[in-house]
Amino acid sequence: MPKKPKKPQHILGIESTADDFSIGIVTSDGKILANITSTYMPAEGGIHPREAARHHAETAGEIIHKALKKANIRSNQIQAIAFSQGPGLGPCLRTGATAARALATYLNIPLIGINHSIAHIEIGKLITGAKDPLTLYVSGGNTLVSAYEDGYYRVFGETLDIAIGNCLDVFARKAGLSQSPGNPYGATVEKLASHGKTFIPLPFTIKGMDLSFSGLLTAAIETLHARKHRLQDVCFSLQEVAFSMLTEVTERALAHTEKPELLLTGGVAANKRLQTMLQTVAKEHNAHFNVVPKEYALDNGAMIAWSGALAYKHGITTPIEKSTVKLKWRLDQVPVPWINRE
Amino acid sequence: MLIKKGAEANLYLEEWHNRKVIMKRRLPKTYRLPQLDSAIRTQRTLREPALIHRAKEAGVPTPTIYMIDLAESNIIMEYIEGKQIKQILNTMPTDEKQRLCQHIGTLIGQLHTHGIVHGDLTTSNMILTPFNKIFLVDFGLGEYSEELEIRGVDLHLMKTALQSTHHRSAKQCFGAIMTGYTKSVGKETATKVLKKIQEIERRGRYIEER
Repeated sequence: MPKKPKKPQHILGIESTADDFSIGIVTSDGKILANITSTYMPAEGGIHPREAARHHAETAGEIIHKALKKANIRSNQIQAIAFSQGPGLGPCLRTGATAARALATYLNIPLIGINHSIAHIEIGKLITGAKDPLTLYVSGGNTLVSAYEDGYYRVFGETLDIAIGNCLDVFARKAGLSQSPGNPYGATVEKLASHGKTFIPLPFTIKGMDLSFSGLLTAAIETLHARKHRLQDVCFSLQEVAFSMLTEVTERALAHTEKPELLLTGGVAANKRLQTMLQTVAKEHNAHFNVVPKEYALDNGAMIAWSGALAYKHGITTPIEKSTVKLKWRLDQVPVPWINRE
Repeated sequence: MLIKKGAEANLYLEEWHNRKVIMKRRLPKTYRLPQLDSAIRTQRTLREPALIHRAKEAGVPTPTIYMIDLAESNIIMEYIEGKQIKQILNTMPTDEKQRLCQHIGTLIGQLHTHGIVHGDLTTSNMILTPFNKIFLVDFGLGEYSEELEIRGVDLHLMKTALQSTHHRSAKQCFGAIMTGYTKSVGKETATKVLKKIQEIERRGRYIEER
């Protein structure tokens, strides 16, 4: 007699590592019922952690309500609360964690602390169907090349200083560009770069499988200030050098790990030029290339909820006294028992 | 015969004037802009043989360079008979592992003392010959530097390579490497480099507004 299917459980996930506050609701069998985000937009400059945290605190209630409504469930139908425990900006993380503790206590259900970087990989796998990919995760706060091996997501390459997204953002601000909702700095740089014609040599810095963007950023800003080149050409050259660096380390990791799939995620994943470059090397190494669509490549609550669902199925919960946020929590320190390749 | 398709270059095992040689070809990468591509290939093809030669002066075994063809970004060098450390390290008895890693540390120390930074220290780039010599290969990302930061990154890379490929004994291996390194460069320098490695590891990935 076939087993009666178990009723799926609902997990609510809270993401608040940086400028996004987002709530996701997923079922334990991988259906995304809601994914609602509110983004803090600084009037000028970059993310001010305390201002972003204030935005999160102010919008949290509303976003939670919207998500429950979208998922069409009542709060007592939720089995566990997952939250981004790190890495990220302290004040932002603490706001999300506070909301998570409050909800878990009020509903009397377990709390699950999730590593933000792992969540990006897990939602990417769920959405694209990738099984065992090498992942390039590129965003404002993270730049890393990772793949699963023997119980953990291992880091094969990462930035030694700033993240690629941070490099592009700072450059854009120095160039006097602006951003608006749905139109981040990176998109503007990409658009300008597509009109670039002349390549200006800029420092190309790779150390093994690690990268460094700070020297490239400084050189690009100096080139800009020298006023000898068009902004389009500087954007073009910056992108070409930065993305060639990323592609080279990704190719090295592909050759090293021989993984059958390549997964591109994070905010910078939306860049078409980067996608094209990676597509080329994936093909050369017979790896299937997957780009995570924007809704799930940017920071989102669904990825936290889904990782929470995976962890919860394996009995992982976080007691309140161990739910302190971890600002520099590395993904290679987190066991992932839900992946079993043996 | 292609023996390794790398990200940076392809290695071919060939017969050349009755010698077994490695032909290292840096083929054009179609994903890169042609100007950037040729600049990178030329720079690495020029720098690698120079560093390999300098390493010999430091007493570090490296292959003999027979020919350089800059136009084709091609280097012909001695084929080193032996096994990659990557292939043998995990199955080695503990004390032998200890000795081997100390030896590796000494070689890295000799490079650093002579102003060379390898730039890609992994166990795939080290070959143990039947005569118990360790050859270092692949200096394509190397550079001349005596900077503490660059030396620190060099060893940090060694450490992360061990953690990702030999995770079960990474700690022990890196410890032995640092013992050998300290013997080679002296306690004072080794302490400074170790401090630098710790600093590199502590650096955040989140840089708040500059």
